[in-house]
Amino acid sequence: MTKFILRRLLLLIPILLGLTLLIFVFTRLLPGDPAQTILGERATPANLALVRASLGLDLPLFDQYLRYMGGLLQGDLGRSFITNRDVVDDFLQRFPATIELALAAMFFAITLGIPLGMYTAKRRGRWPDQLGTVISLIGISIPIFFLGLMLKWLFAIQFPILPDSGRIDLIDFIIPRVTNFMVVDTVIAQDFDAFLDALRHLVLPGLALGTIPLAIVMRITRASVIDVLNEDYVRTAHAKGLPSGIVDGRHVLRNALLPVVTVIGLQTGLLLGGAILTETIFGWGGVGRWIYDAVTTRDYQIIQSGVLMLALIFVLINLIVDVSYAFINPRIRHS
Amino acid sequence: MSATSGTLDTAGEERTVGLWRDALSRMRRSPAALIGGAIIGFFLLVAILAEQIAPFDPTRGDLRASYLPPGPVHLFGTNVQGQDVFSRIVFGTRLTLGIAVLSVTIGVVVGSILGALAGYFRGVVDGVIMRSVDIMLSIPGLLLAIAVVSWLGRGVVQIAIAIAVVNIPIFARILRGSLLALRDADYVIAARSVGVRGPAILLRHMLPNALGPLIVQATLALATAVIDAAALGFLGLGPPDPRTPEWGAMLSDTYRYLTDAVHLALFPGVAIVLAVLGFNLLGDGLRESLDPRLRR
Repeated sequence: MTKFILRRLLLLIPILLGLTLLIFVFTRLLPGDPAQTILGERATPANLALVRASLGLDLPLFDQYLRYMGGLLQGDLGRSFITNRDVVDDFLQRFPATIELALAAMFFAITLGIPLGMYTAKRRGRWPDQLGTVISLIGISIPIFFLGLMLKWLFAIQFPILPDSGRIDLIDFIIPRVTNFMVVDTVIAQDFDAFLDALRHLVLPGLALGTIPLAIVMRITRASVIDVLNEDYVRTAHAKGLPSGIVDGRHVLRNALLPVVTVIGLQTGLLLGGAILTETIFGWGGVGRWIYDAVTTRDYQIIQSGVLMLALIFVLINLIVDVSYAFINPRIRHS
Repeated sequence: MSATSGTLDTAGEERTVGLWRDALSRMRRSPAALIGGAIIGFFLLVAILAEQIAPFDPTRGDLRASYLPPGPVHLFGTNVQGQDVFSRIVFGTRLTLGIAVLSVTIGVVVGSILGALAGYFRGVVDGVIMRSVDIMLSIPGLLLAIAVVSWLGRGVVQIAIAIAVVNIPIFARILRGSLLALRDADYVIAARSVGVRGPAILLRHMLPNALGPLIVQATLALATAVIDAAALGFLGLGPPDPRTPEWGAMLSDTYRYLTDAVHLALFPGVAIVLAVLGFNLLGDGLRESLDPRLRR
């Protein structure tokens, strides 16, 4: 097992190196000039040259890449060209918001997707199953931004029972930021009302982001449970008189969850992309929107470091999925 | 799945034709494929006959008629500029399907070439291509598309390329996987042993048998391409002319007027969902028809 993990970690090195190169080249290909963005339309050529020199943009591309890599190895991802704030600080401040949102989405996907998948599988071919199949297909086909708008219209405008944007009501609650996870910070502040308000703010964006993974988890659980229901050991368990609740929990679900776990891991990574749209609609101050804004302002430093960190997290999640899969299924470990 | 009798070449061809004919007859019995096909057929018709169907010029606004609710003259109402929403959705079909088909075509062609090279040559070529694929897949798709559009610009072709870039690694990986699985198939070994040259084996014997998963993935990729194109439009990275009727941009416009005019969001949104649903159903139906393991 240790050997398997070590081999996978070694494989990460070329991927990460390639990633830094790809992202670096990409940001340099973007049209527009950061110096121009900083100084505005009426900047003089002399001033532009000065700003370019101070940002290191006058160096040959290869030197710029070496400087960037040198900084990376020392944990220095540079400063935003526009705000001059440390990129790592900015990222760490926003990343908990994105994680909080992704966790809320996965919470909906798992707590609803697995029971629904199990329920429909056991009624295969009957109307609840067919209805479930149709609903999950529609769930996969709804774009996040449309679903987000409709949820907002229904639950925040038409029937105003949930907040339409933000992470907490900033007028009613003043919460000191400790972890930047709003739910955790309200607990630390021991403010129960603020805690409930933070949870309420998570519902709509969490549902919008979680619907696609919910539909996918439901479909995979259904297919996997159907496979397991046909196994001999399930028939044996029923034959020896075990109550069906125990058969379902101990024999069916436990064996059917393997592919579901993989899908959950992969979906968690994919949520990082969907977060850009959800964060835009719900005014959620996370990483997705931050990187998108950086692309429009040509803030190279944020783009290359932010995308790199997101990609790193995505790769690490995939690694954890692979390793946990190998842990559960010995055949993969030894192949 | 054993090869039928006859010479090697005819055996290969017979099986290929058999598989497709078989798949087609099974598709006719699959409700998913039929409904999906009908939806896509409907959208194709709308795209082709846009001029005949749309009652108004989708780009011309009339400020005296802005914000009208759905009614007999303007079926889906009008937007802030007084443009007819129904006509804009009709013409948007053409744009959306165009971008989707173009992007998936680019993705399939480039991805297949890369996947075929990797699966056929193996060794260093395989290593370099597949590691590059891994790198591409480690960047969230929408972010990659945003980056490509920011680099290339916001024309229709550029948007299609941006969406294709997201798909290329997926197609490359699928074709390589299928080719690797076929390398040791009896008919490939047989062809090699009677002296058929490498490229001929790849093109005549391996590729036709590896196409199934690729076609299924291409159909499903059309669904994500529709979503990605709309997402770019929604984020303000669609076609640069704001008068262009693009479904995602239409949704983005309504974002501010949700309280008073939800129909502005509803109709383009439903159009996107229907188109995506159509491609997803068709893809699911195709997968069931083409994959012998899923036969019931």
